[in-house]
Amino acid sequence: MHRSSEVKHVASYLNTRGCECFGQPCESHCPVLTDRTIHVQLKTFIKIRVKPDRTGVVTDGVKHSMNPFCEIAVEEAIKLKEKKLVKEVVAVSCGPQQVQETIRTALAMGADRGIHVEVSGKDYETLGPLQVSKIFAALAKKEQADLIILGKQAIDDDCNQTGQMTAALLDWPQGTFASEMTLEADKLKVVREVDGGLETIKIKLPAVVTADLRLNTPRYATLPNIMKAKKKKIANVKPADLGVDVCSRLEVLKVDEPPQRQAGVKVETVDDLVGKLKEAGRV
Amino acid sequence: MIFNKVLRAGFQAGLRFQSTGPQASARAATAALKESLGGFSFELTDQQKEFQEVARKFAREEIVPAALSYDKSGEYPFPLIKRAWDLGLINGHIPEDCGGMGLGIFDSCLITEELAFGCTGVQTAIEANSLGQMPVIIAGNDAQKKKYLGRMAEEPLMCAYCVTEPGAGSDVAGIKTRAVKKGDEYVVNGQKMWITNGGKANWYFLLALTDPDPKCPTSRAFTGFIVEADTPGVQPGRKELNMGQRCSDTRGITFEDVRIPKENVLIGEGAGFKIAMGAFDKTRPPVAAGATGLAQRALEEATKYALERKTFGKFIAEHQAVSFLLAEMAMKVELARMAYQRAAWEVDQGRRNTYYASIAKAFAGDIANQCAADAVQIFGGNGFNSEYPVEKLMRDAKIYQIYEGTAQIQRLIISREHLGKFKQ
Repeated sequence: MHRSSEVKHVASYLNTRGCECFGQPCESHCPVLTDRTIHVQLKTFIKIRVKPDRTGVVTDGVKHSMNPFCEIAVEEAIKLKEKKLVKEVVAVSCGPQQVQETIRTALAMGADRGIHVEVSGKDYETLGPLQVSKIFAALAKKEQADLIILGKQAIDDDCNQTGQMTAALLDWPQGTFASEMTLEADKLKVVREVDGGLETIKIKLPAVVTADLRLNTPRYATLPNIMKAKKKKIANVKPADLGVDVCSRLEVLKVDEPPQRQAGVKVETVDDLVGKLKEAGRV
Repeated sequence: MIFNKVLRAGFQAGLRFQSTGPQASARAATAALKESLGGFSFELTDQQKEFQEVARKFAREEIVPAALSYDKSGEYPFPLIKRAWDLGLINGHIPEDCGGMGLGIFDSCLITEELAFGCTGVQTAIEANSLGQMPVIIAGNDAQKKKYLGRMAEEPLMCAYCVTEPGAGSDVAGIKTRAVKKGDEYVVNGQKMWITNGGKANWYFLLALTDPDPKCPTSRAFTGFIVEADTPGVQPGRKELNMGQRCSDTRGITFEDVRIPKENVLIGEGAGFKIAMGAFDKTRPPVAAGATGLAQRALEEATKYALERKTFGKFIAEHQAVSFLLAEMAMKVELARMAYQRAAWEVDQGRRNTYYASIAKAFAGDIANQCAADAVQIFGGNGFNSEYPVEKLMRDAKIYQIYEGTAQIQRLIISREHLGKFKQ
């Protein structure tokens, strides 16, 4: 799941970039909340710790719930269904037994049925975007899906790969980092948030879209919908049933915390500042 | 068939599955222990946890930011109530065949505690709905239930419970509002006071005296009615300006020659007292839950502050005087929670829970006041100031020792129940 060259990036993201939700309400389930989050509400702050054997981070006791970008994806799908532009919304998750709770949340938001792809134990620890996208591609063919919507990335590993890989495996067009999407007959108009601004593209269905932050604001599950969700079906599938090999091609060499922040030094004048920067070899 | 796949891989969406040896045998041992403990459990069902999550999220994201301004303006928080109604957080008790969810008292209490955490003014406005509906739920016939409960499920309407009068609060048997039968109607005259949602209700549950004969026992002298708020003669008074829970609408109501059709009598003439009292067994646990929610808020605000504020070189939480205060607040909150949960669970099991309900309400009301005052203390000078959230908690907490049965009445009930058990 983590390549060793990416490890520093992930670890530093966890502790210094803080939560990526840009001031939007970020739920207390966000496992990467640090004490530098921007939000004012009463939240439980979870400090992420690296495991003593340095093979990963500690996940025991950390509450897991739906990835925020995935919530946005579910919301978009349900909106399309409410506009009667799509007939059925299927929520899919890969993982051990507990992911059924997350699928239930999607059902409570309004998805019609769920598919739980069972991956547990060692396989789950090494499950990464490549295997997941193979599973999704296989499911898409089996279920004859017309549109796959995913969150742009997971906030624990920040891979930002599954959507793109799924589209490639299926040879489908992709609209990633979507902040707006409109269905026009058999084409999808997607406004993408890119570094330079906004890019609008038109892609043919079937397609893959990955949801960015400003696509929508996910709804709450209402209590009556939570009760109705219990009656909705979640099918169980194994990767082997889909002909997918979940063996990982990556090996995590080590996971480290970022270096401790050094204390700063206060200077009195601009000249002092320039002097210090020169000393440190920065200018 | 068109559909979408919408969820991505659950790396972060599920707990890591651990299947190593020692842990498996530890699980087997716990399972055996569970068997021997029988049915007693502190575990919430998945559905209860989900309900609690929704209520918690709504309270913290939507009620908390708006609470202060509603408290200052005293404006009725209708937008929040409408949102809560949209989410299905209100009217949980309404039976399923009337369009509700038929939730038990326990589930409702879980929701109430979370909403009260946000603002008890908002929560009281919502809770008054349950109080008004309860007599209809426990004593209404099918037609009354479908008519008056059904409309609450179709639109975000409010209702109210009209029993207290200017001259009679704790002494319910001393109420003077008079209902006289005239043909197919009852004509009601009298004055009610401190009616929550008095000015916003679509209909009221009204308790009135139908048999003024002093020889008539209390249990047969009163009748319960459902009164449409727009009936001519129903005159809500001005909105009362109270110490706390300011956004809740509390008024006096005058009934002047109000005509009520006999179809709106609950059960029959003379059955009112029992209905009014019976409703309390189901509404006291949620009130206790509300007080617990307030106490929890006080605890969290005080804890957060204590970990930020420094004095004498340390965070104030590191000084034992403060950490002991927090410890005692925590003790009280946990115990209040267990008390209301027991009371709610008892009544959901179909048993008479008067003893537990009174204990829960009395205890929770008292500790809510203590915790709110302690929170102000921990905030120090800042706590006394309106820019900080805890002075509002102290003002809001007081009513929990008064409404829904004063702290003293609760003690009367508990001692009566307790001695009654002993004498058997």
